[in-house]
Amino acid sequence: MTAADLIEILNALVPGAAYEAGASVDFPTIYVLPEHLVDTCRALRVEPALRFEAFIEATAVDYLPRVPRFEVVYHLLSVAHRRRVRLKVRVLNAAAAEAGVVPTVQSVWPGAGWPEREVWDMFGIVFQGHPDLRRLLMPENWEGHPGRKDYPVQIQKATQTYSPLEVSEEQFRANLERDRVKRAHPH
Amino acid sequence: MAEMRTETMTVNMGPQHPSTHGVLRLVLELDGEVIQSAMPTIGYLHTGIEKTAEQKKWQQVIPLVERMDYLAAQSNSLAYALAVEKLLGLEMPQRVNDIRVLIAELQRLASHLIWLGTHAMEIGAVSMLFYAIRERELLMNINELIAGFRFFPSYIRVGGLREDLPRGFHDAVNAFLDRFPGKMDEFEGLLTKNDIFRRRTEGVGVVTLQDAYGWGLVGPIARATGSDYDVRRYFPYCGYETYDFRVPTATEGDVYARYRVRIAEMRESIKICRQAINRITPIGTWACDDTRVVPPPKDKVYSEMEALIQHFLIYSQGFTVPAGDAYVPIEGPRGEHGTYIVSDGSNRPWRVKMRPPSFMAIQALPSLVQGGLIADVVAVIGSNDVVMGDCDR
Repeated sequence: MTAADLIEILNALVPGAAYEAGASVDFPTIYVLPEHLVDTCRALRVEPALRFEAFIEATAVDYLPRVPRFEVVYHLLSVAHRRRVRLKVRVLNAAAAEAGVVPTVQSVWPGAGWPEREVWDMFGIVFQGHPDLRRLLMPENWEGHPGRKDYPVQIQKATQTYSPLEVSEEQFRANLERDRVKRAHPH
Repeated sequence: MAEMRTETMTVNMGPQHPSTHGVLRLVLELDGEVIQSAMPTIGYLHTGIEKTAEQKKWQQVIPLVERMDYLAAQSNSLAYALAVEKLLGLEMPQRVNDIRVLIAELQRLASHLIWLGTHAMEIGAVSMLFYAIRERELLMNINELIAGFRFFPSYIRVGGLREDLPRGFHDAVNAFLDRFPGKMDEFEGLLTKNDIFRRRTEGVGVVTLQDAYGWGLVGPIARATGSDYDVRRYFPYCGYETYDFRVPTATEGDVYARYRVRIAEMRESIKICRQAINRITPIGTWACDDTRVVPPPKDKVYSEMEALIQHFLIYSQGFTVPAGDAYVPIEGPRGEHGTYIVSDGSNRPWRVKMRPPSFMAIQALPSLVQGGLIADVVAVIGSNDVVMGDCDR
């Protein structure tokens, strides 16, 4: 199934979404506008002809100095149809990234949570509606987003030899409470 | 009598904890011995390999990616090499593919041996660790034979292999393959029907097929829930479609099912290794014939000017890769091990992204341990087979 076939099915399911087939050497690539991302993902997962039930990964690429600068990339897998697809969402520039133009797809695949957190951590792309957008790989007090191309490769940073508990008791309890509420009412 | 006041207790587990497989930190909220919630914290082993890779030439990334998942080093480099070769449009000769298959399966055995040893040790069968490490030592010796390195051989390169197989390779592999099935029976005799082991693992850390897919747990964890998805079957690479092997599955989705799936996988790996070693000739071609990527043979470098220039170019500037992006998955020991690379047409990668199976497994950990006992956390972490180097990169 080519990208054009996929777009044809998707156009019927998500009216008004302007999809665009991207160049690729391996499997279909589809450009999606951020406002149609969640509907598209839900259609991809639910529609019996598509059934992309497995979330593989989400990542981002910084194409500095090109505009649009960032692309958020999703890799999805349909085990039932032995098929893969790559979704790409263009993010105009750093300011747009920080304004949170890309919505989270956690409501479709719960596994998107951490990869999106990692993308925010590394590239500073805010996922709208993400319930837990904190640092994942970098320390909590880190400044900047190291995955960006304009972030220096080598920086000097004083070694931290001792640091007290990073969350206060109240924050910690609030976190636990929030997690519990989240689990009690998933999505 | 006054009403008894109860409240939950919060316990910090890790990052320095013997059964967190490195530096995973879990904050557990306990009600007695029952886990109310778990919060994993990762990143203690983050070394910025993906950022570093952007500064290196294409071939120089191989040793870097091998250091991500340090228990399955050659799965990383195979996934990376295949991705770059996809963009370059290179096809490998049959013998190179067979050697790669053999190495990938030996790597799977080595990784599963560490999983088996540590998983069983954490549940209480301490002696398993020593038995497993003893067998793994033989695999490390094979690595040493082919590359001089035991952990990170960097033997798989973009464009083929580093060099031809050494003398004595077939004997070493055959000796291991003759010895190992008996050892597998020994391992299984200690664990598979062991009442204590089964009571600790059956019905623990259950995950359903739909959840496994939604959390991205494709690999042994999904296969323990009834999925038959295996990259080697669904999207064959390196000629896996020509090998005769079974994809073991189970349906319970608990720790014991994951144990059975991995054990059966090891037996299948032995079968694949036997087929591969019988196909590989002791001497033969070990790289593709594309002169853009593979340096010319040494005798030509010393006698022909063009060959000397080519050699010099490859070792000083590296090779360029056509602009574009590619995602290539392979079936690593921990599940789908993919590499997403982006090239801008230069001699350095624009972006290298590994798809880490351990990352997804740790993300799903809270949903697996919640409602279980605190002692089961250790069993679940072990059965998810997480490697923090893979998770944090």
